[in-house]
Amino acid sequence: MSIILEHVTVSYGRGAKRFDAARNVTLSVAEGEAFGLVGESGSGKSTVLRAVAGLIAHAEGRVELAGEAMGKRRTTAQRKMVQMVFQDPYGSLHPNQTVDQTLSMPIAIHRLGDADRRVSAALEEVGLGPQHRFRYPHQLSGGQRQRIAIARALILEPRILLLDEPTSALDVSVQAEILNLLSRLRREHGLTMLMVSHDLAVIAHLCDRIAVMNRGEIVETTTAEALAAGNVSNPYTQQLLRSNRGFDPSGGELDLLGSDAIR
Amino acid sequence: MDSPLLRVRNLSVTYPGDDGDFRAVRNVSFTVGRERLGIVGESGSGKSTTGRAIMGLARPPARVQADELLLGEIDLRTQSERQLRRLRGKRMAMVLQDPKYSLDPVMRVGDQIAETHRTHLGSSKAEARAAALEMLQAVHIRDPERVYGMYPHQVSGGMGQRIMIAAMLIAGPELLIADEPTSALDVTVQTQVLSIMDELVRERGMGLILISHNLHLVSSFCDRVLVMYAGQIVEICDAGSLADAQHPYTRGLLAALPELGRKRGELPQLQRDPAWMDDIAAPLETRSRKLGA
Amino acid sequence: MQMRAWLLDPAPASRRQAQLGGWFRAWLAFRRNTLGMIGLGIVLLLIGVAAFAPLIVDPASALTQVLANRLQPSSWAHPFGTDELGRDILARVVFGARITLTIVVLVSLIVVPIGLAIGLPAGYFGGWIDAALMRFTDIFLAFPRLVLALAFAAALGPGIENAVIAIALTAWPPYARLARAETLTRRRSEFIQAAELQGASHLRIIATQIVPLCLPSVIIRLTLDMAGIILTAAGLGFLGLGAQPPSPEWGAMVSTGREVLLDQWWVATIPGLAIFVTSLGFNLLGDGLRDVSSGRG
Repeated sequence: MSIILEHVTVSYGRGAKRFDAARNVTLSVAEGEAFGLVGESGSGKSTVLRAVAGLIAHAEGRVELAGEAMGKRRTTAQRKMVQMVFQDPYGSLHPNQTVDQTLSMPIAIHRLGDADRRVSAALEEVGLGPQHRFRYPHQLSGGQRQRIAIARALILEPRILLLDEPTSALDVSVQAEILNLLSRLRREHGLTMLMVSHDLAVIAHLCDRIAVMNRGEIVETTTAEALAAGNVSNPYTQQLLRSNRGFDPSGGELDLLGSDAIR
Repeated sequence: MDSPLLRVRNLSVTYPGDDGDFRAVRNVSFTVGRERLGIVGESGSGKSTTGRAIMGLARPPARVQADELLLGEIDLRTQSERQLRRLRGKRMAMVLQDPKYSLDPVMRVGDQIAETHRTHLGSSKAEARAAALEMLQAVHIRDPERVYGMYPHQVSGGMGQRIMIAAMLIAGPELLIADEPTSALDVTVQTQVLSIMDELVRERGMGLILISHNLHLVSSFCDRVLVMYAGQIVEICDAGSLADAQHPYTRGLLAALPELGRKRGELPQLQRDPAWMDDIAAPLETRSRKLGA
Repeated sequence: MQMRAWLLDPAPASRRQAQLGGWFRAWLAFRRNTLGMIGLGIVLLLIGVAAFAPLIVDPASALTQVLANRLQPSSWAHPFGTDELGRDILARVVFGARITLTIVVLVSLIVVPIGLAIGLPAGYFGGWIDAALMRFTDIFLAFPRLVLALAFAAALGPGIENAVIAIALTAWPPYARLARAETLTRRRSEFIQAAELQGASHLRIIATQIVPLCLPSVIIRLTLDMAGIILTAAGLGFLGLGAQPPSPEWGAMVSTGREVLLDQWWVATIPGLAIFVTSLGFNLLGDGLRDVSSGRG
């Protein structure tokens, strides 16, 4: 098993004000598998991803990556094992740094050496050329930025790649290119992937097994085939499936308004 | 189709730039009747700019030109800023992506709806309040009295967008332009908001322009769909027959969408043909009729 | 023209070209800002005058007392007249530019590092570190600036170095707050999280990710504050707590000139104008920089 989560809980606040962003999440992902977490905003899917990444120091429960239990603070070697691609290609690159600077930093941190060759190899891997190397993010398109973010994650040769809605900020045509790139990289590097998305079609395209999250908990774990066949048991999953098919002109949606959501 | 609510002929929007002008919208022509018209396209296709230009919200340095821009009998090209302000809300209204930015954060939401009623219909405070409460009910808000007194930060995204719709429709406009009205919302809430919009637009016999990047959404919600690419309309078709679209761009976009239950190892990537950028000579309205026949 | 194309190349071939290209674009944007360019012109003029002072005027005439020549009005020999000790006012104003520039540079060199050293950790780490550092800053902010500077200058004794220290000690708190605010808005950015994920240490993140984003607003703020710093320095000089006679500090010159203001108006007015123009120059430059940097997002 490449990723094992046991009873992972992330909570904020104390006492009566305690709020569990993720509650008692248990899942495991095999080496080389692509696993999807699907849910709406506030479902806790990104929280789980960040707990796996080691960005939430106060997460409770057990996180085991590539056979190694993670402590509260990750070592540099542990950091190298897991990398992440973020949702917003505009926010995940430093605005004042060229692609070259962005890609060189991880090499310098881990003292990998041979920076010049590694940077150009990483660019080539994600389908960009030397002409992109010294550009600033504002000189790149959204799809190109996301490619840089993927290159930055891969330059450390991680075993596990975490994807936080990697295509939701992109146009449909660019989304297809990035999804194809991710499939290819997974195949070529034998990467284990954990992907978060609200789009069932996107997640079913890339992932084999899928967990549906609602209000911080996993409500159902299923497969892409079962989802496609509509073969799901949980009512929330069924509702999500209906909504993903687009607008239903029969007007059955107004019945769902029972819960007037008020914050 | 009876006389159209909106008639647009050869609408262009140009932004002056350092290296020549940028033509965000190029010679766009279409009409909107009492129907739901979808405009789809990717970012930079000019779909939002088109909507803003109709509302008179494309401000300088943008230059708006059109051979015809008629809202009913009113020539929108000759309206002053003041006249346009009166038209907005009363005859045409716009719902934007995120209610967080469209609602005044320090004003109770009910008062915001009531104020629109008072400005446009000159009603008394009590009348406006009653109308606002009725409107809140119309967008399926269960407890209008309570919601009336809430501030924007106290309501969820879905309810915020319903309040926005209420505020936009209270003065009884005949045309509603919705620019990505549900993109900031969760999928399950999206369909609720769309249903409400659909219900109101039908009941009141309004015209609706839904601007979105989401092909599925537009094709399932609208009657007709305009596909925009690089500032031009490349295709007009019935929403139901989007699958039979002719233009390679539309077909490429549809093919590039991942689909549940159709697992493909590789998604076909859109190959952009530079020829799509060329000015389209024939007015599309006629071409689409040919297609429809 | 070839140089221009090289600088504006959208696909630079080296780090240096990318960096220079970025600066060149910023310069092109700044050049369109007329008021900012006027400010830049004034500041460059100040620097030029200070650097080449001995070439512009005779150094001796700034300090040599010629009592026979006291309080002369404008003439060919003394374009701005002479002061109460018969010294050439033009020469004194020109050499005064050196003092003003020294104060400006020294204050910047002290204020920016202190402000960053306090503001960055406060914003980055938050919690009790933030609370402690910010309360410390609040204490300094609680005193009126000129009064505090006066107290420091009085305690340290009159003199130009002590004036600089006094001004710097009172000028840093807003910079600490600014650096903290800038850090706070960036702290949760995804590129910071990405750096954390890559194993970057806190020091590396602050130095390579946050400082480059804070510096522009700090520099703009500093430029806008320059006018205030120059005025405070002049104020200390006017009150006798700054540069000591016979050094040609502008504030001190105004101070001595005020006794003869009604009859020999130029003695106080000329250095006063110098203070005014220099302050204005820095202000215009700062405004221009701010416009350009906010325009670029």
